[in-house]
Amino acid sequence: MSGTERRAAREDGRVFVARAAVMDAADVRRALVRIAHEILERNHGTADLVLVGLQSGGVPLAERLAEAIAAIDGTPVPLGRLDVAFYRDDIPLRPVRAESVTSMPVELTDRVVVLVDDVLFTGRTVRAALDALADHGRARAVQLAVMVDRGHRELPIRPDYVGKNLPTRRDELVEVSEKGVVIGDLVAR
Amino acid sequence: MSPVGSAVGAGGRGTGTVLVRGGTVVDPGGPPAGRRADVLVEDGRIVAVTDGLEVPPGALVLDAGGCLVGPGLVDLHTHLRQPGGEAAETVATGARAAALGGYTAVVAMPNTTPAIDTASVARDVLALGRPATCQVAVAGAITVGRAGERLAPLGELAAIGVRLFTDDGRGVQDGGLMRRALEYGRDLGVVLAEHCEDEALAAGGAMHEGAWSSRLGIAGQPSLAEEAMAARDIGLARLTGARLHLLHLSTAASLALVAAAKAEGLPVTCEVTPHHLSLTDAEVASFDARFRVNPPLRAADDVAAARRACTDGVVDALATDHAPHPVEAKEAPFEEAPPGMLGLETALSVAFSVLCRGDGPTLSPAALFGLCAARPAAIAGLDADGQGGPLQPGAVAHLCVFDPDETWTVSGAESASRSRNTPYEGRTLTGRVRHTLYRGEVVVRDARAQR
Amino acid sequence: MTEVALPRHLLGIAGLDRAAIVELLSLAASFSEVAERPIPKVPALRGKTVATVFFEPSTRTRLSFESAARRLSADTMTFTAATSSVTKGESLRDTVETIEAMGVDALVVRHRAAGAPALVARWVTASVVNAGDGAHEHPTQALLDCYTILEALAPPGAELPGGGDCSGLSIGIVGDVAHSRVARSCALAFEALGAAVTLVGPRTLLPPSLEGWPVAVASDLDAVLGELDVVYLLRLQTERMRQARLPSLEEYRERFGLTEGRARRLRPGALVLHPGPMNRGVEIDASVASEHATLVTRQVRNGVPTRMAVLFRLLGGAR
Repeated sequence: MSGTERRAAREDGRVFVARAAVMDAADVRRALVRIAHEILERNHGTADLVLVGLQSGGVPLAERLAEAIAAIDGTPVPLGRLDVAFYRDDIPLRPVRAESVTSMPVELTDRVVVLVDDVLFTGRTVRAALDALADHGRARAVQLAVMVDRGHRELPIRPDYVGKNLPTRRDELVEVSEKGVVIGDLVAR
Repeated sequence: MSPVGSAVGAGGRGTGTVLVRGGTVVDPGGPPAGRRADVLVEDGRIVAVTDGLEVPPGALVLDAGGCLVGPGLVDLHTHLRQPGGEAAETVATGARAAALGGYTAVVAMPNTTPAIDTASVARDVLALGRPATCQVAVAGAITVGRAGERLAPLGELAAIGVRLFTDDGRGVQDGGLMRRALEYGRDLGVVLAEHCEDEALAAGGAMHEGAWSSRLGIAGQPSLAEEAMAARDIGLARLTGARLHLLHLSTAASLALVAAAKAEGLPVTCEVTPHHLSLTDAEVASFDARFRVNPPLRAADDVAAARRACTDGVVDALATDHAPHPVEAKEAPFEEAPPGMLGLETALSVAFSVLCRGDGPTLSPAALFGLCAARPAAIAGLDADGQGGPLQPGAVAHLCVFDPDETWTVSGAESASRSRNTPYEGRTLTGRVRHTLYRGEVVVRDARAQR
Repeated sequence: MTEVALPRHLLGIAGLDRAAIVELLSLAASFSEVAERPIPKVPALRGKTVATVFFEPSTRTRLSFESAARRLSADTMTFTAATSSVTKGESLRDTVETIEAMGVDALVVRHRAAGAPALVARWVTASVVNAGDGAHEHPTQALLDCYTILEALAPPGAELPGGGDCSGLSIGIVGDVAHSRVARSCALAFEALGAAVTLVGPRTLLPPSLEGWPVAVASDLDAVLGELDVVYLLRLQTERMRQARLPSLEEYRERFGLTEGRARRLRPGALVLHPGPMNRGVEIDASVASEHATLVTRQVRNGVPTRMAVLFRLLGGAR
């Protein structure tokens, strides 16, 4: 579920109830460091690299990833924040709200963009993000990093970097925070 | 002299024997709450008013159980729109709406096209009224074409029975001209009726000037536009000694002026409308042009003062100012729509609710019929035609049978009027006219027009 | 998933609470960022049609709405009274029902009479945006003015400038308040965001009653000038002289114009706004207008993202 969906669910009176911890804080940290290495390895360093966190869950992960890359490579990586609300394909279906203002530190033309999100689910948010990125310039390549891939894709989208592959039921909910990754359900109050 | 010729029975339609049974007879001069009595009507006249009457053979029996049985109502202020405004109303449709409201006589206002400012136009309207379901009298214009410049032929009109003169829709702006009209009218024994609105002060305002007009950004007309002209005309009545009637007064100060004039003994009467007794300018917040009327709906204080003036005896008559407008004219932005609202079919219900069952001081049923029938009949000289009561053997059978407890929901679409512009659309009113007898003919039975 | 109730129309600032205004301003902030992109357009309202229906000429407001609609990828239709069947006597209702029948999702209505958009909203199923009705309201102008003030006073970088809070600000609305829809909407919006509003003008140009208005009133501009953080000048319609509301334009300028002398007595950093178009030499001296031109330009520029926010809010989401 996207952040928008989570919020809408809370607004209709349901609450998230955690059932099981899947990763703890140390697991997340280790996964981030591993992904940082993989990004550097695949792109041969940080040249032309831009990290773009998806509002809102992907932004803190992108920030930590940028720190991890800087710690390994010693070079700061430009960090953008992208809100895809206006590009979603479900605008006619239900209320969509802007999460936060987009900020893009550099034009993306000829850059390598690593999109960062917390959970990859149907792929529709990433689809919207690809459209949104195109309005900021023609990137040389776009790669995708996620902390959790929970399956159930509805579009031909595949991550390049994954913290953890997590089989789930469609109606379950996965939450990623500083404290780790938990799986649970939305329950009526 | 009667503007409708013979008012009584002979040759009238369906005027056989009718027994109005089981109601409470309310006479303006009688006991305040009325008295239990049946009313027997034969050939257009009342023949008996007694409790427990036998049903004569062949009589039509009208159930009046739980109802007030009073004289047919008389409206001093009806816009029938004919000639010229037939898209909005005709004499026939307006008279049908009147009958449904319990009215057996209406005074047609002269702001038609052409205006009723000559005997020939007056005769045409009177002729249209002759077959109608209530008596149709006319008011003549004070000035030619209601233009406020030259006197209309008041004498010629008085000679065919016109008793009331007004430029209604507009006030007579020129005080000198109004003075002459009063002086001239005094000799003729007629009543000059003023639409009090100083146009310079009103400045074209589309609603009452106050908190709501300021908030809504709609130009208002100050209460003073009405009060200034009322004060001027009361002064002119003092100066000339002529009979003055002030139409549709709507502000606390106007009514205070009339109270003072009456205390002084001046020959001044006045009327208020049911809408000014029941609605405030807050309605305009809907921007619905059905709430545009002249004088405009006023503030709550004015509504309270108008109700008090009714219970205190300052007000002589309730008048509807029934002003039909075609749907498309009222489906316009508030400032661009013409003023006026329907009133005939809802008047007694509204008046009974606010004056007899309201929060403040209340009127007895007898006093209400005084305001709605007896006094207006006297002002318009229609008492000569048997209008306004009292209900006694020998009197012409003009009857209004009103069920004070029936609730109904107002719908412009169901109105007998050609127009739909009732301000009470969709509202539930308590009290409804059940039957109306005009010259002994049952024109309304069980709240249905019979023709 | 249960749907969150959406407003269908924007007819005025009256009826909007602080939270609703802040939400629209937050969205406007997002759309301001969109405007700075190489491609200043998002696909949010693809497939929707927005009709501007103007019964009163106003090129700039109409263009601002149409630009907002296009940047949301909506299609636009333009209807202006001068080029239409209104001149042939067609009623307002017939006109808007005909336009709706062409398949529109929103009608942006400007009309010379107060309440016309509210009536239209009763007749059509499309969303209705009030683009100015008589002397009643002009809600998008008030929203863009709020945004402009917050943006000008806030430290750079904040997502919604100032967090949408105007408390502590003293705002004077100067001039022909009685006939101004902008003044009505602005007074309500500024107050909702916490500002203290003072209406300044001659009694002849103030509403006859201010009962229920959350404002102070002053008839002497000089007495309050030094306390104002924002001076909002209204356009003076020259026809007011014919109605005996003013002796002359010169006298108005003397008493209520933002002259060079008064401009010198403004608080340091005070903002000067004007909804345009300005009468230079009447409500504002030409030199003062040039000096404060940036902010007035910003008002115009902020019109587009603010109107994008309104259209997105009304048309995004299920019906």
